[in-house]
Amino acid sequence: MFKDITLGQYYPADSVLHRLDPRTKFVGTLAFIIAIFVFHTIPGYLVATVFLGSVILLSRIPPKIIFKGLKGVFMLLLVTLLFNLLLTPGEPLMQLGFLRITREGLTMAGKMAIRLIYLVTGSSIMTLTTTPNQLTNAMESLMRPLKRIHVPVHEISMMMSIALRFIPILMEETDKIMKAQIARGADFESGGLIQKVKNMIPLLVPLFISAFRRANDLAMAMEARCYHGGENRTQMKPLRYDMRDYIAYGILGGFLLVAVIMRVLS
Amino acid sequence: MALELKDVAYTYSPGTAYEIHALRDINLTVPEDQFIGIIGHIGSGKSTLIQLFNALIRPTSGNVLCDGEDIWGDSYDRRALRSKVGLVFQYPEHQLFENDVLSDVCFGPMNQGKTREEAEVEAKKALRSVGFPEKYYSRSPFELSGGQKKRAAIAGVLAMNPGILILDEPTAGLDPKGRDDILGQIAQLREERGITIVLVSHSMEDIARYADRLIVMNKGRIVYDDSPREVFTHYQELETMGLAAPQVTYILHRLKEKGLAVDTTQDTVPGARDTILEALHAAGTQKEGRADV
Repeated sequence: MFKDITLGQYYPADSVLHRLDPRTKFVGTLAFIIAIFVFHTIPGYLVATVFLGSVILLSRIPPKIIFKGLKGVFMLLLVTLLFNLLLTPGEPLMQLGFLRITREGLTMAGKMAIRLIYLVTGSSIMTLTTTPNQLTNAMESLMRPLKRIHVPVHEISMMMSIALRFIPILMEETDKIMKAQIARGADFESGGLIQKVKNMIPLLVPLFISAFRRANDLAMAMEARCYHGGENRTQMKPLRYDMRDYIAYGILGGFLLVAVIMRVLS
Repeated sequence: MALELKDVAYTYSPGTAYEIHALRDINLTVPEDQFIGIIGHIGSGKSTLIQLFNALIRPTSGNVLCDGEDIWGDSYDRRALRSKVGLVFQYPEHQLFENDVLSDVCFGPMNQGKTREEAEVEAKKALRSVGFPEKYYSRSPFELSGGQKKRAAIAGVLAMNPGILILDEPTAGLDPKGRDDILGQIAQLREERGITIVLVSHSMEDIARYADRLIVMNKGRIVYDDSPREVFTHYQELETMGLAAPQVTYILHRLKEKGLAVDTTQDTVPGARDTILEALHAAGTQKEGRADV
């Protein structure tokens, strides 16, 4: 029932990209996003395309799965395109009633489309090759400097990883309770809005009880193992940069540099 | 009513990296008035199998027939089927939600279209047959002990008067006394109402004691489908699947190896006792006979 929801859409495969340090991938995704906004000429987009294409090849993830992420932002993409196309002032190309398409609008819309598509594709490659837990680890490590200004970095990342861990558990629980109530003749589909909300009670009450019970158990188990926050806490698998990470940073640096140079030159 | 599964297979998340073949080549019939035990290691497909019985999941291939009719046919009323095939999940106490026990048990019958009064009649009948004490009827289900919660939840399904009652490890997490009580009441139910019981269990002893027929699952396939006695003669094969025969089976086989002429197909404690006594008695008379010579 819930198998269509992919939150933390990690796709297991054996590739260089999967083995990269999550921090490298996080920073790399940011760098890529910056670069696609720096590029503004066709040769620039070609460079970005080559880069993205090689990353997709390296990730060993079927392209079909990568582009599935685009479906979710299709509406957003369409709206952005229309607005750019119709509302950019400039040299008119076509006039349909009060709608006017300008040359500037056309190029703007084209650029935005490329940027948005690349942005979504780039970040889905990150989430597809990195488990949610690795990602929170990376964020904790990258945000560590913020501790100086009393941002509870460890607590935030702990909450995030617990929340992520609980999503599949609670979804499974929902599925189970739902099935149990359907077996008792419950109907979650038909009826008007109010009836539907009412019908959810046999699902929501047990779900909340179970969520609280689990939270309680987890707190107890953490306390029993002397958890007391991030102070002096070490990790079982500390993040460590490898040779391939330095190489990846090198490539990213070069890529950004190319972007900046092309921008300056043109 | 009878259920029939024909060449059924079930796959979780087909076509993705997480694809799991939970069931393959399942052919079986659940007739009227039978006590069926299902046993299998964790992940062998038991829970998936029982969800097919009342149309909670749709088989990836193959057909599920109820009295000869395909339950996934376009015009088939699956809600009506679910009230004929009652399914009690593992830890059924997690499904309780009402303010009091009686209302919770009434949920099923009221979904069948009964009025509150009619539902209460059914609910009280069901609660009585699982041995739920009347003084707790108006209590909140969350204040009950584990065993009582379980009884209340089983009653919640029973109150719908199913012709087939499926229970997925109904005794998990109970003490031995509570376990015997609940299983005894289930066996009694079958005698009183003549309904078919499908019991998923990890306890060979329980199956040997109550079931007429035992289905052994391994890696999504049915390995044995026979009387428990017959299945337990394969106790060595069962062990390779991470299962075991009842303890008395092992004792009887050891005794036989030592030369005592016991009946190794006995699978319950009283049965084993009788055959051991008989064998000892026979051995005794033999000795006496020799002494006479």
